[in-house]
Amino acid sequence: MTNALEIKGLRKIYRGGLVALKGLDLTVKEGDFYALLGPNGAGKSTTIGIISSLVNKTEGSVKVFGYDLDTQINEVKEHIGLVPQEFNFNQFETVEQIVVNQAGYYGVSRKLARERAEKYLRQLGLWEKRDERGRTLSGGMKRRLMIARALLHEPKLLILDEPTAGVDIELRRSMWEFLTRINKQGITIILTTHYLEEAEMLCRNIGIIDKGEIVENTTMKALLGKLNIETFVLDLESSVNAPTVESATMRVIDDHTIEVDVAKSAGLNSVFSELSEQGIKVLSMRNKANRLEELFVNLVEQGRETKEQE
Amino acid sequence: MKNPIHFTALKTIWIKECTRFLRIWVQTLVPPAITMTLYFIIFGSLIGSRIGEMGGVTYMEFIVPGLIMMSVITNAYSNVAASFFSAKFQRNLEEMLVAPVSNITIILGYVGGGVARSLIVAVIVTIVSGFFVELDIQSYGMIIITVLLTATLFALGGLLNAMFAKSFDDISIIPTFVLTPLTYLGGVFYSITLLPDFWQAVSKINPIIYMVNGFRSGFIGVSDIAPTIAIGVLIIFNIAFFVLAWWLLRRGTGTRT
Repeated sequence: MTNALEIKGLRKIYRGGLVALKGLDLTVKEGDFYALLGPNGAGKSTTIGIISSLVNKTEGSVKVFGYDLDTQINEVKEHIGLVPQEFNFNQFETVEQIVVNQAGYYGVSRKLARERAEKYLRQLGLWEKRDERGRTLSGGMKRRLMIARALLHEPKLLILDEPTAGVDIELRRSMWEFLTRINKQGITIILTTHYLEEAEMLCRNIGIIDKGEIVENTTMKALLGKLNIETFVLDLESSVNAPTVESATMRVIDDHTIEVDVAKSAGLNSVFSELSEQGIKVLSMRNKANRLEELFVNLVEQGRETKEQE
Repeated sequence: MKNPIHFTALKTIWIKECTRFLRIWVQTLVPPAITMTLYFIIFGSLIGSRIGEMGGVTYMEFIVPGLIMMSVITNAYSNVAASFFSAKFQRNLEEMLVAPVSNITIILGYVGGGVARSLIVAVIVTIVSGFFVELDIQSYGMIIITVLLTATLFALGGLLNAMFAKSFDDISIIPTFVLTPLTYLGGVFYSITLLPDFWQAVSKINPIIYMVNGFRSGFIGVSDIAPTIAIGVLIIFNIAFFVLAWWLLRRGTGTRT
């Protein structure tokens, strides 16, 4: 299968000496739904900026569907649709003008652009707003508008830089459904996000970037498999003082709530047995923290500790 | 898209630019008409009638071409400077930078928008001038060539200004401190033959002298500068500004990180 994206030895040193990328290597297969995660300032936006040719690289190579950014920049651009982190459309243009103009920059005729505009604006629930100016839209609509704009030239690779930032839960879920649908239709998607739940829900593969380097590049399944301990919050029927369980680490949160850290291999049966023996009835239970979040913090911290030891 | 000029993209940028200034016509097309009407009334009718002839024609006939050219210069410049800087400021310039649009196409699109606005303003001001003076045009060819080259040159100037600008103040500094003095000293209101030899020589360093005189020669057949020299100077400046704009855009000055 072709690689949708192939980055080798990518370095970026900004004027002033800031090293944003230190020889980054990254491969994303065609058809993948790939998450690129990392803390603020890790180099995610710089990487996306270089791929979409908004940032000049210092060193390294970038290939999109086999086309080299250095020698075949127009082909590279034709294959990419970019949804940036910040709203960057003309606030005074109407929704339809924004998407139709964008298609025009890619050489799509106005007639075809209008047809596609209707298709994508309808799919993203913006068709009724087509004559309204960009600045009058809500935050969620603006995000969807940027997705529609990025799709008008029908790219094979869609790059989304935190597309659901500031979007309410309902809308976020509808955007997830849309992205999953277009991914199934064959569009490769690379996503950066701070909502780790989002990456877990949507993406098959994941790369974690920190301080300009990839510290983990694997499948979502393999990554989640690395988690050995899970934390559960148990809501209890009656007030408890200090219950003890030997099969897990436990913390009392308040009179009616406890938290238990359970090894994946141990399971929850013994915890429930011990609590039952003490006459404690569990009313409900939920998984506490976002699992991926915990793993993400561990991986980044591990990476930093290894560097310090070196 | 191997061609250096991408026509669909060019048409898109040009339509976008024209839509922009037509949408805000009260800010872009009305003010020059009002300002020039005041110039015609005050300098042409009231003061001009006491000045008498200049360059073999009435003072009103003398200043009309210069005032039209002044409108062309300021509108071509400010249209591109404001639009391009605004696209940089709002970051919607990125829409073009991520697309396979050549730098030449971007330049031609923006400059085309500036030229379109300045030509519309030129037509409006010419119509207004018709209420004050009967124009007897000597050479349509000279008028068209000079106005096109001037509009293109100042649209390119506005583009260069916007590329370097970091704030909205930066796009008003050049018009205020460079463009306006050069225009007023560029022979709009007087013939440079009235000046002592030394100041005539100094005036010839001012490129606007060549534009105003070239344009005026098309209207009244009288010019302080030979029309061929005027057109030659305009072509040289246009080429220099275009190459500079292309080189800066290619380098990413003010547009890419």
